[in-house]
Amino acid sequence: MPRSGSDANVQCKNSGESEPLILIDGSGSLQPITVAATLRTLSPDKQRSGTHDEPLPLARPEAELLTLRGVSKSFVGIKALEDVDFDLKAGEVHVLFGENGAGKSTLINIIAGVLRPDHGVLTLQGQNKRLSSVVDARKSGIAAVFQEFSLAPDLAVEENLFLGVEPGRMGLLSKRAIRRQAKAALANLGFRLDPAARVGSLSRAEQQMVEITKAVLTEPKVIIFDEPTASLTEREVRELFRLIGRLKAEGVGIVYITHRISEIFEIGDRVTVMRDGRKIQTVALEDVDATRIVELMTGRHIGNLYPTIAHKPGRTLLRLDKLQTADGSVRGVALEVRAGEIVGLAGLVGCGKSEIGRACFGLCRLAMGSSIAFGGDLITRPTPRRMLKRGLQYVPSDRRREGLMFERSTRENISLPMLADSELSRAGFLRRSVERARARHLAEKMGVTPLQMESPVIQYSGGNQQKVVLAKIMSQDMKLLILDEPTVGVDVASKAEIYGFLAGLIETGVGILLISSDLPEVLNLSHRVYVIHDGEVRSHLAGSDISERNVLHSFFNNDAARSAQ
Amino acid sequence: MTASESRPPELGGNLVRRLFVRLGILPFFLIAAIVLFSSIEPRFLSPGNFVNIARQSTYLLIVSLGQMIVLLTAGLDLSIGSTIALASVVTATVMGGMLVIDPTAVWLAIAAGSAAGIATGVLVGSVNAIGVAIFNVSPFMMTLGMLSIAFGLALTISGGSPVYGMPDVFGTTFAYDRVLGIPIPIYIGVAVFALVYLLLNWTRAGRYLYALGSNARAVHLSGIHGVSYLFLAYVLCGLLAGATGVLLTARVQSGEANMGQELVLQSIAACIIGGVSLFGGIGRVGNVLLGVIFITLLTNGMNMVRIDGYLQQVVLGAVLILAIIADQTRLRIAGHTLTR
Repeated sequence: MPRSGSDANVQCKNSGESEPLILIDGSGSLQPITVAATLRTLSPDKQRSGTHDEPLPLARPEAELLTLRGVSKSFVGIKALEDVDFDLKAGEVHVLFGENGAGKSTLINIIAGVLRPDHGVLTLQGQNKRLSSVVDARKSGIAAVFQEFSLAPDLAVEENLFLGVEPGRMGLLSKRAIRRQAKAALANLGFRLDPAARVGSLSRAEQQMVEITKAVLTEPKVIIFDEPTASLTEREVRELFRLIGRLKAEGVGIVYITHRISEIFEIGDRVTVMRDGRKIQTVALEDVDATRIVELMTGRHIGNLYPTIAHKPGRTLLRLDKLQTADGSVRGVALEVRAGEIVGLAGLVGCGKSEIGRACFGLCRLAMGSSIAFGGDLITRPTPRRMLKRGLQYVPSDRRREGLMFERSTRENISLPMLADSELSRAGFLRRSVERARARHLAEKMGVTPLQMESPVIQYSGGNQQKVVLAKIMSQDMKLLILDEPTVGVDVASKAEIYGFLAGLIETGVGILLISSDLPEVLNLSHRVYVIHDGEVRSHLAGSDISERNVLHSFFNNDAARSAQ
Repeated sequence: MTASESRPPELGGNLVRRLFVRLGILPFFLIAAIVLFSSIEPRFLSPGNFVNIARQSTYLLIVSLGQMIVLLTAGLDLSIGSTIALASVVTATVMGGMLVIDPTAVWLAIAAGSAAGIATGVLVGSVNAIGVAIFNVSPFMMTLGMLSIAFGLALTISGGSPVYGMPDVFGTTFAYDRVLGIPIPIYIGVAVFALVYLLLNWTRAGRYLYALGSNARAVHLSGIHGVSYLFLAYVLCGLLAGATGVLLTARVQSGEANMGQELVLQSIAACIIGGVSLFGGIGRVGNVLLGVIFITLLTNGMNMVRIDGYLQQVVLGAVLILAIIADQTRLRIAGHTLTR
């Protein structure tokens, strides 16, 4: 039986239907700090290691687990972090929030021992520490789960978990002990993973579970989570939050980075907002609301994140009729997109919604006999080249892999697709002044700031990078635009700009197919929504039927039915 | 009392550091080599030796530009040495053969021989291109296999001994004659340099080569037929290696199957020292020229101070590794490793 109806009284936007109440209990409990800190004082042996001449400070119940004072860091003259104070109590989730480039990454890299600060003091349980490496930090009890995993893809899950600390005797591995401990650790965290599976064969979410398990196995006092939910499905997010709740109860201090405001309120105790390498403010979450946090982050007031977009559907641009892909990830999908409307594809990570977009653009092979109808023509073998010529543009979900040339300049990235225009090249020779002018114009139009046309795009934050991606596709004539996860890793201010840009496109009569795992985004921007589940269209919502409740209902219907069996 | 003391960085050290981050290791290498060699052997700085270095660097320059084009696409060509050898043997054989048929048609023989040599390079490059661009063989394996194939063919055609019988005027014209006091190979080197500069900086094809090495997926998604440009890269590399084979044949006046092997390492070294990324997408033609000059200067200088030829190889290898370490350090200081 699906347990519906319970989400009516829960505030969080992203919540699924499974056990939201437990979470509220976990994060809302009043006394976790004292309990956890008391636990810490019970293990004084851990505090004795690594001291020199300073007297042993007694860990008081309310004492900070970790403090940073006046921390600065610069890279060849660029200040990444300036005079930042930060503290973390045992048993709290301390959220770091800020736009890309605000200095969050630098800060956690310093805490995790990846970087050394130029100035400033780091104190762990009352003792000054100088973390010289990640290993050093681990030994001191600080573990980090970064977005980029530290896993060996060709080794098994269990081998990764115990990499470097393999149980065994006299240099020989005790494979049975590894298997047993790995199983226990995974089960303990509630992750359903085969310890013998090769890590490279796992999904991103599963790899993250391995990474988290590995971090927890070191029994850290401090765990850093860097945007852990970016690649997780709703259900996995629930599991993760439950785990974080348990770690809190055990007195572990948690540093948590996220771009999703709803998450902050769901699991955070305090939040430190950063901007331009400085700490703006640390506040208890009971005392603020989302608007205030965004204001702190951007330094200005952001009105409505989602613009109102008039729905004026024109002629049909894209029609899919029983679309099948060769790999079976899309099965019999029928949908259509008209000019002047935003059609959303909602669904969990891995449900096949992404492949629908890829299939239309020719990045995912169609099954025999399957075709797409674009602008009235049937196309059985789409390729990016052919589809671009017909006016279909596609923004991939992974900027790094498919969108941008990271080492090349903003100018070269933007101009890449338009070099073939006769305006830009004559007989194969480039007219670089025209190129410069046009690329600059597009970048300005998209609001890339600060505008540095000749610096490699790798130096830009996620938000600016995504604007470069959009500027790039703007150079071409466009009838239909397919966007796959257009705001992953994009800060709120840039999100608002990107949404505004999409609204502008709709005004000009372009059709948009918006594929996104960010539910509020799909719900608020789309005129119609198809909910995709397991490669099929589960439901089609339009107008006032587009609601979180209806979409979630389609998501979980099936799963709940299955787990009830 | 550990982490907080603020040390003002030394000013001089800071400047060197900044220069290093901006320019890389090459300027330091160049200055060090010039200071070192000129202090041991004053003749090193003579105008005559400069012309000498310029002429010597021509051959390495042409090969390195080919290597660079391939490196830009995130590829590698290990077969250029064998390509040079095969082109040399083919040039000498064709030229000699033509002269046997008609001893009076000297220039026809020279043209046919040179054309055959260059065509050989194009052919070898094309096979590499087919493997890499169409069948997705890794560039390393494809060109390693081709290294063996071309070398074997060169040995087979020549029978393992030098191929003679070319007209003297071939050597004098393409290797030794001077115009306005400057040896002819230098003119050829300058011309090739200019053409490659033009290609990489001012043409669409050149831009696509950089783009392929930066992100081949992005190129595909931009509707560009990347395969043809990847193909072009290996063909051009083969062509330049073939041309080098012809020029070197003119210089030694015989077709040699063991010619050019040292140029594989040297060309890669020149590119890497000149800041071309092994991972593709990054590199400037001008810096490759500097890399070539440095390598030539190094060999020239070591010859002048009479460092034994075997030992020279040790030094070259060490310099290459040092350059790569320096580059890694540079990236780390610049903080690139953070964002990667």
